[in-house]
Amino acid sequence: MNWNDHLPALLLMIPLFGAFAAPLVCLLGKTMRNVLLVGLSFVTLLVALLLWKSVLAGGIAVYVMGGESFNLTLPSGMALPIRIIMEVDAFSAFMVVCGSIASFAGALFSTNYMEKFTGLGRFVSLYFLLTLGMLGMMITGDFFNFFIFIEIASIASFGLVAFWRDRPEAIEASLKYTLVSQVGSMIFLIAAGALYGKYNALNIAAIGSLLQFGVMEKIALVFIIGTLAMKCGSFPMHMWLPDAYAEAPSGVSCLLVAVSQASLYGLMRVCFSLYGVNLGGSFIPWMIISMGLASMFFGVTMAVVQHEIKRLIGYHSVSQVGYMLLGLGVGLLVLTDAHGMAEYGFTAMKGGIFHIFNYTMYKGLLFLAAGAIYYATGKRDLNEMGGLARRMPFTTAMFVIAAAAISGLPPFNGFVSKLLIYESVFAVHPALTVVALLTSVLTLASFVKVFQTAFLGPEKSVFTGVREVPSGMLFGMGVLTLAVLGATLFPSWTLSNLVEPAAKALVDQAGYIGAVMGGGL
Amino acid sequence: MIGNAPFFVVGLLFLGGLTAIFIEKNLIKIAIAIGIISSAVNLFLVALGYRAGGTAPIHFLAGERTVMVLPTPQAMTLTAIVISLATTAFLLSLIMLVYRHYGTLDVDEIRRLRG
Repeated sequence: MNWNDHLPALLLMIPLFGAFAAPLVCLLGKTMRNVLLVGLSFVTLLVALLLWKSVLAGGIAVYVMGGESFNLTLPSGMALPIRIIMEVDAFSAFMVVCGSIASFAGALFSTNYMEKFTGLGRFVSLYFLLTLGMLGMMITGDFFNFFIFIEIASIASFGLVAFWRDRPEAIEASLKYTLVSQVGSMIFLIAAGALYGKYNALNIAAIGSLLQFGVMEKIALVFIIGTLAMKCGSFPMHMWLPDAYAEAPSGVSCLLVAVSQASLYGLMRVCFSLYGVNLGGSFIPWMIISMGLASMFFGVTMAVVQHEIKRLIGYHSVSQVGYMLLGLGVGLLVLTDAHGMAEYGFTAMKGGIFHIFNYTMYKGLLFLAAGAIYYATGKRDLNEMGGLARRMPFTTAMFVIAAAAISGLPPFNGFVSKLLIYESVFAVHPALTVVALLTSVLTLASFVKVFQTAFLGPEKSVFTGVREVPSGMLFGMGVLTLAVLGATLFPSWTLSNLVEPAAKALVDQAGYIGAVMGGGL
Repeated sequence: MIGNAPFFVVGLLFLGGLTAIFIEKNLIKIAIAIGIISSAVNLFLVALGYRAGGTAPIHFLAGERTVMVLPTPQAMTLTAIVISLATTAFLLSLIMLVYRHYGTLDVDEIRRLRG
């Protein structure tokens, strides 16, 4: 028996075990609880890295739950796969690595950040469930399972957003998120049911191999795109996102960023691997591109006027998601056009995928830094802050790195991914680049404002007692800083090892389908 | 035509629930509307798997009848029912907390997070 074969199942089992062990382990005291939270998150990260390595080395990994053997996707005599199948290609593995880094950093951060509060058994439980839902969305090969993992992640995140239930704002944010998300996931289930009714299959690869682009498929596609674009916080459906991110405890906001990327992953999986070359015409790609442009522009213009620090960062999330939608939308636009793909489409996709990594890291870091400020000072409003650089040098340094990366200042990693997007979408239409550049400038302006008001300026008398945050929080931020600096210092290694296989896997629809259906397209 | 009747009912229920979410002001009514939407989706799944004259999908009990309804949508429906139960319970407890904090259930008055 080779352990590598069972990595997809282990990846889900570890957080699931953590979620149900948490209430028991918490009876043993504070130290054991922290050991469980950090230890299991770290093991999940290790499994994710191993999975990523084995996928890069051995191609797409499939895992069949409940079969005679782990890779028997098509039992003899069956035309369609009948069991629950996990399918991990390089793009899924890439997302899993991003997500589990964010989960580990958030867990480290939460050990110290949450220690003043009660109900931590439930917190740890929900935190692991949220990790489980996120990872499950990234590796499942089955529509209905995707729905289930969305719901696991959603319910856990509703609970975590409302964790400070004595704050009216937290309850309101959670309620808003619950209402929007619940309607969205029901619409997703209708789409899954419609595709099942048409093709008698729930497996993404199996449906992809049979798909004919008709009326039913159009309806299902619109439903799926609408739901998942809502869950990743794209423009017209973004109103829940800044509220939820701002009101959740900071360690959770960091993980929620990765969870929204899991929805983006689902959107791209459906567009590229399920519909792919059958995605008749350029209407859907242009819709995704224009959603991206609108998210970028409106997200950043709303962010500029905010004065509550986490809310401001939350609005920047809306605008950053726009970059990925733009890059991947351009890739989708030229999917059937080999010349355009080689000229600029593949670069745009590399940019979009690299931006997913960068965004998860620096946005998580920004949320953690905002949480550190809140922990040390008890303030959320930028107008009440000032001169914190003297008191919190490490937090300041890490915040500067994250802010420079999100604003796309060279040489940081945000610059590399944004540059890839600028230079490639220019070939489609120059206006796309103009909007992206304008967004970047406004992002820089907004973070200069945050940095200047919170960290610079004269020392305020109310902050004389403020001290640097405890080591657990610094380590949590340090993990993400390392990831940002790693991608900054070794951009070509990251691009060729992490990003390019993912982009190749995403455009390789036949490979994704063949891994389950045995090569018969 | 008559075979499509369940799908019309699904459509009506779904639209009814969606309309209620947009026009109702009371949070409890909105929670009920979400419940109606979930029921519509569950009905849709069950109706998808129905075959006229089919028996329960248990191979050894089917007897001389050979037409069975599809088991997969039923399994999906059960899962979806459990999920919607959990979210409804969660939603109602949130509404309780909202009432405790704001003293009202009117969505127009629950507006602290703006801009």
